[in-house]
Amino acid sequence: MLEFRKDLFAAERDDNLNIVGKGAQRQDMPGHVTGRSPFFDDHAFEGLLHLKVVRSPHHHARIRAIDTTAAERAPGVKRILRGADVPLNKNTLLSLINFGKDDEPTLAVSKVSYKGEPVVAIIAETEQQALAARALVRVDYDVLPHVFDVEEALKPGAPVVNETYPNNYFEYHDRYDHSKLRFGDVDRAFATADFIVDDRYQMSPIEHAPTETNGSIAAPEQNDRFVVHSCAQGLFFSLGTAAKILKLESNRLHFIGGTVGGGFGGKVDSLTEPLSILGAMMTGQPVRYVLDREEEMLYGSPRGAERIYIKDGILRDGRIVARRIRSYFDAGAYTRLSSYAAIKCTAHLPGPYTIPNVSADIYVAYTNRCPSTAMRGFGITAVDFALEVHMDKGAEACGMDPMEFRILNAYRDEDMKAHRRVAKNTALIECVQVVAEKAGWPLSDEARRQSSLTGGGGARALIPATPIDDNGRIGRPETRTGPATETLPAGAMRIPMTKQPIMEGSAEARPTPAAVPQYEPYRPTPASMPPAYQPMPAAPPPAMPPTAATAPPPAAAPAPAPAQPTQHGAVRFSSVFGTRRR
Amino acid sequence: MAKIPVQFRLNGSDRAAFVGPSDNLLTLLRRGLNDFGPKYGCGQGTCGTCTVLVDGDLQLSCLTLAATCEGKHVETVSGMAEGPVLHPLQQAFMDHFAAQCGFCTPGMLTAAKALLAANPNPTRAEVIDGISGNICRCTGYDAIIEAILAAARGGQAKRTY
Ligand code: FES
Ligand code: FES
Repeated sequence: MLEFRKDLFAAERDDNLNIVGKGAQRQDMPGHVTGRSPFFDDHAFEGLLHLKVVRSPHHHARIRAIDTTAAERAPGVKRILRGADVPLNKNTLLSLINFGKDDEPTLAVSKVSYKGEPVVAIIAETEQQALAARALVRVDYDVLPHVFDVEEALKPGAPVVNETYPNNYFEYHDRYDHSKLRFGDVDRAFATADFIVDDRYQMSPIEHAPTETNGSIAAPEQNDRFVVHSCAQGLFFSLGTAAKILKLESNRLHFIGGTVGGGFGGKVDSLTEPLSILGAMMTGQPVRYVLDREEEMLYGSPRGAERIYIKDGILRDGRIVARRIRSYFDAGAYTRLSSYAAIKCTAHLPGPYTIPNVSADIYVAYTNRCPSTAMRGFGITAVDFALEVHMDKGAEACGMDPMEFRILNAYRDEDMKAHRRVAKNTALIECVQVVAEKAGWPLSDEARRQSSLTGGGGARALIPATPIDDNGRIGRPETRTGPATETLPAGAMRIPMTKQPIMEGSAEARPTPAAVPQYEPYRPTPASMPPAYQPMPAAPPPAMPPTAATAPPPAAAPAPAPAQPTQHGAVRFSSVFGTRRR
Repeated sequence: MAKIPVQFRLNGSDRAAFVGPSDNLLTLLRRGLNDFGPKYGCGQGTCGTCTVLVDGDLQLSCLTLAATCEGKHVETVSGMAEGPVLHPLQQAFMDHFAAQCGFCTPGMLTAAKALLAANPNPTRAEVIDGISGNICRCTGYDAIIEAILAAARGGQAKRTY
């Protein structure tokens, strides 16, 4: 039963809403109940061909040779695709917004980095013929040692999973091994704490398991275009990805979709579209590439696993004075969206609490697992699980009721968050109060009297002095141990770049911008660039604070920052990464 | 391989096709006869999205050999409505928000239809049992159960959410 609480977020609520708060029929409901909703596979084509891929049986192996001669002669086989047939056989999804280096082949050429990685595609007249021919492909592998554990992957000497990122971590701004948050001095605060609560949390990868498996049908259309029926959750994202991989002008692709048989994040990777279209280009016939259920469960990318370490310093009265977080996001073998998940994670810390000293290092590690991708709040969900379990442990440590412990530490309007942004429209306290009431959980009068609207700001709005430690600032393991070099004075909004990049080679490894001319992102006007650092030719700005690259820094605390106008589309998305645009 | 001729009724009309000995009914319906109502969700009898009625019995079309349908009557979701007039179950699914992505809906509706044909006044537990072979990853089932119960009661029940 939904309940609309207009008393919370009152300032945000408009009373003249036409749809919110009222029941409305889905536009696609008549199609759903009559079985006529056009899912990608619900389209008839004359001469439809079927594509199946040969997948790696190994977690990590070098490909010595591929022999497709027997498969080529098999009945019904029309065409066999190899990595060399893919016009741009290396891509990373977020390259469309200039984030990250191309690291993932459509069809593996020299090595496979996870079990199930596609190596060869077979196109045949029937599905059975494609499957029969698939069994005839001979791939000669040289098995390599593999690594499954995120922390093991980051140790020196670990097998190199993804040659684009030879240290097994995603390189933020081409040189940082992690995404980072620093606010105040956690070490000093831990020394003043009465209790230290320290723990480790580990989640497993989660498969979305949509009822409709991933797939697409591509067919030649008139005027040298291709029509693509796709299950993609982001249809234009998929169109852009396919255009880039196939080196086609995007106007030669006619994507039809939007009717998705369950996605939950697992249909943003364009797992099938580039190969279906390539097949249609090569054969001149419609090509259908659909994952079967086994492929969907094993090789459709999952929600990435995370390992999270949390250490809290708590005073006897229940206030959390320091929180340190170290988290490892398991990207699997290729980046896909994990780099973005980790930024979301960093931006979410330390959770909805006002904690005066926060330190977080969030790593994206490559392992020889199936690459992970988006799934319902990815990057946030796991860390929230860890944070809230940790909150319960914190409450236990200081002998407080867990609900009251949350109310005591909850952020309130006008508080300064660890990202140096002022908290607005907070309502955690009210949410906890409502939950306690509904659950029949007794709260003290004191806790019931608390409000997010009062008690915030003032001393809670100050930005503390923040020592800049060198832990992992530079993307080289051996430089991670340097001493603290300087302290960022209280009130300072951003941390200036103090070091030249020392990671070689990354700039050259970037994709040539010409590959996707139609996606040249919007260039912000100079006025909207942050003034606090000098951009260097090959050096994007530092990661801290990660959300501030295109937004002007708000005025120094305690004055609340004026509301920033909301930006839309790629600009806003890129600004999250702090990525400098060409 | 030699093809086998097969004739059967599909949603009230006569159809004929040539099928391979191992072709399943789901592929025949979708790729041979262009009835895209039943869906492929697993091809191995675990999800129920391909559910059809064969002579009134619930069948998973992905596990039914097409050749065995000779002379039978196959009903799919595509034949449920009478022209523009929805079947009471379809109307109840609409009214109760019992579909989100809609991919499980054809199978759910078919299973529900078989359930109500055999047991016009099912209890909640019997409804749950009746759709237990059908997976829905979106709705959490509650809306579907309410819709089926409402259809059994004559579609008059008020939507509760
Ligand atoms: S497709 Fe038949 S049960 Fe899943
Ligand atoms: S509505 Fe999506 S699977 Fe049931």
